[in-house]
Amino acid sequence: MTMLGRLKSWEGLLFGLLIVIVAMNVMRSPYYLGVTNIANLFQLSIEKIIVALIMTLIIINGEIDLSVASVMGLSACVLAWLFQMGVPMPLAIIGALLSGLAAGLFNGFWIAYVGLPSLAVTLAGLIGFRGIARILVEDRAIGGYPLWFNTLGQQPVLGPVTASIAIFFVLFAIVAVILHRSALGRLVYVIGNNLQAARYSGVRVKQVKMALFAASGVIAALAGLLYAARLGSVRGDMATGFELDVITMVLLGGVSIFGGSGNLVGVGLSILVILNLRNGMGLASITGNTQTSVIGALLILSVLVPNIAQYLQSRWIGRKT
Amino acid sequence: MTWVKRNVRPEQVRELSLLLLIIVAVLFFGAMIDNYFTSRTFNRIASSVAIITIVAVGQTLVVLTRNIDLSVGSIVGCTAYFVGTVLGHFHDLNPLLAVLLAVSLGAALGAVNGMLVAWGRVPSIIVTLGTLAIYRGMLVDLSNAKTVTTDSLPPWLVGLPRLNLMSLGGLDIPVLFMVAVAMVVIFQFGTSYLRLGRRFYAIGSNPDAAALIGLPIPRLVFLAFVISGALAGLAGFVTLARFGNITVESGRGLELQVVAAVVVGGVNIFGGSGTVVGAMLGAILIGTLEQSLYRLQISEFWRDAILGMLILMAVASDAVILQRLRALWGRADLKLVAKAPSAAEAAAGAHSS
Repeated sequence: MTMLGRLKSWEGLLFGLLIVIVAMNVMRSPYYLGVTNIANLFQLSIEKIIVALIMTLIIINGEIDLSVASVMGLSACVLAWLFQMGVPMPLAIIGALLSGLAAGLFNGFWIAYVGLPSLAVTLAGLIGFRGIARILVEDRAIGGYPLWFNTLGQQPVLGPVTASIAIFFVLFAIVAVILHRSALGRLVYVIGNNLQAARYSGVRVKQVKMALFAASGVIAALAGLLYAARLGSVRGDMATGFELDVITMVLLGGVSIFGGSGNLVGVGLSILVILNLRNGMGLASITGNTQTSVIGALLILSVLVPNIAQYLQSRWIGRKT
Repeated sequence: MTWVKRNVRPEQVRELSLLLLIIVAVLFFGAMIDNYFTSRTFNRIASSVAIITIVAVGQTLVVLTRNIDLSVGSIVGCTAYFVGTVLGHFHDLNPLLAVLLAVSLGAALGAVNGMLVAWGRVPSIIVTLGTLAIYRGMLVDLSNAKTVTTDSLPPWLVGLPRLNLMSLGGLDIPVLFMVAVAMVVIFQFGTSYLRLGRRFYAIGSNPDAAALIGLPIPRLVFLAFVISGALAGLAGFVTLARFGNITVESGRGLELQVVAAVVVGGVNIFGGSGTVVGAMLGAILIGTLEQSLYRLQISEFWRDAILGMLILMAVASDAVILQRLRALWGRADLKLVAKAPSAAEAAAGAHSS
């Protein structure tokens, strides 16, 4: 089977899975496919799916960013800390976004310029950025933000489509154009496919990696702000463990953990699968912890199943010749 | 200088500097905290270090093979809870049998990781990130969020943390701490002198070469995960003895401290180099920080930030400083230069761009 054929069949598989899950959910609740419920579906996980978009680029690039959930927490805590110090809200928001940028640049510096493995650097970031967030708010819960902030991202833009959903779709379009229609997107694939070859052909590997990690920091910070606004209160441990969902969304979408392959259509489908699955499990009153277990199993299966398929395929070809 | 070069390896310079860092940290905390140098402080640090060390020994083996095991915190939680529940029902269970139960449950959970990594060819970070969630989820579901309490446990277990093996210059050495030390000694010798132990280094430092000389890589990787799980199970037993009250949250986040201990202890995240003793030194530093920071007035909230910084410095010094040291020793083996090309090229690239 050709590469293209295999990609298509993976997305076909996801599409089939999506239809099955949606059908089961519709049987459970006739209102499932209502516009309000679908908007609600996105709204409940909006922060994760926004971060999944930039994570797609990073994993295709052959790296990983385990620190995103901690950066989300960091930006929310920076916001809360600045707000408590009496800084006007718009400035606090800018400060929070800048903290995300700083975290991203910090990761990027060690990975792109010093050449450390992203796994180790962002694992340090996962612990360290969360640590800074804890230093800022300690064990308090900081709330009481102005009303406009608490509805940030939730005000309707077009019918039931809220601002944060609109942000997601705009970002989705931007990432799609970058990844599939721009020179930068080709570089992302090239670097992920063969780092050495990219380097020897004069690709500015360092700058591309730096830009991706900086973008990851800013977008995670934005997601952290949206999460803080949705919850209305900020704690040091908010968004803990979100990296599991985000990375699962990307890998289930057919993006190779080794970099160099995958596309945004697959990730879009896998986001829909996971959102509907979570919602369906909620309808069937399955607890949050079991839901997380299922996501964990999906994460492993999303890599295991293609491996087994490849193995069987090679066995099959071996038998024929 | 030649004497130093002949008798000390670059890796040992690193372990010695870590030892120095631990002494500096202890002296610093001693100066900042009243009544720091007491047996109570020592006991508290020792029992915290014991748990991190036991898990870190297993993690070292896994990291040596170029893998990582993030599920250990959940395995510790599962075994502590499970053995606690069993002991709550069967008070007269043989203590050795209880330990065996903990170790085998841990080994079974580790075997699942190992199978998926070794034969399923799924990267360890993915497998163990997944099982981290799955094992914890299983625990929460099966337990119905009930708590194991000290009252339900047999008296021998409750008294175990206060049991001392010997007294050393006024310091009582707890049995649980000695269990950790025993594991370090066993595995240090095993990885240094046994053929099996050297094979872990071989497959981590050059998997292609290891495959060419016919080492059974999948079986060895599987074994590393089983040992890591088994030791996490043992640590689960120690956790149960130490705390008595075990909630479903027990052991959560432990994997981060353990990975930190291993990496700070000089075990290379690329596999193939590092020692069990180094990992123990890392665990001692982290245990000391953890147990001392909260007694400082400033804040216990600084712990994670310091931990993150330590990991980063350890990895960075691996790539930059240790490379230079090896070059200085005239032993810059090509393998290491080839493995971290970007570090070398970062220097070269600075000239060209």
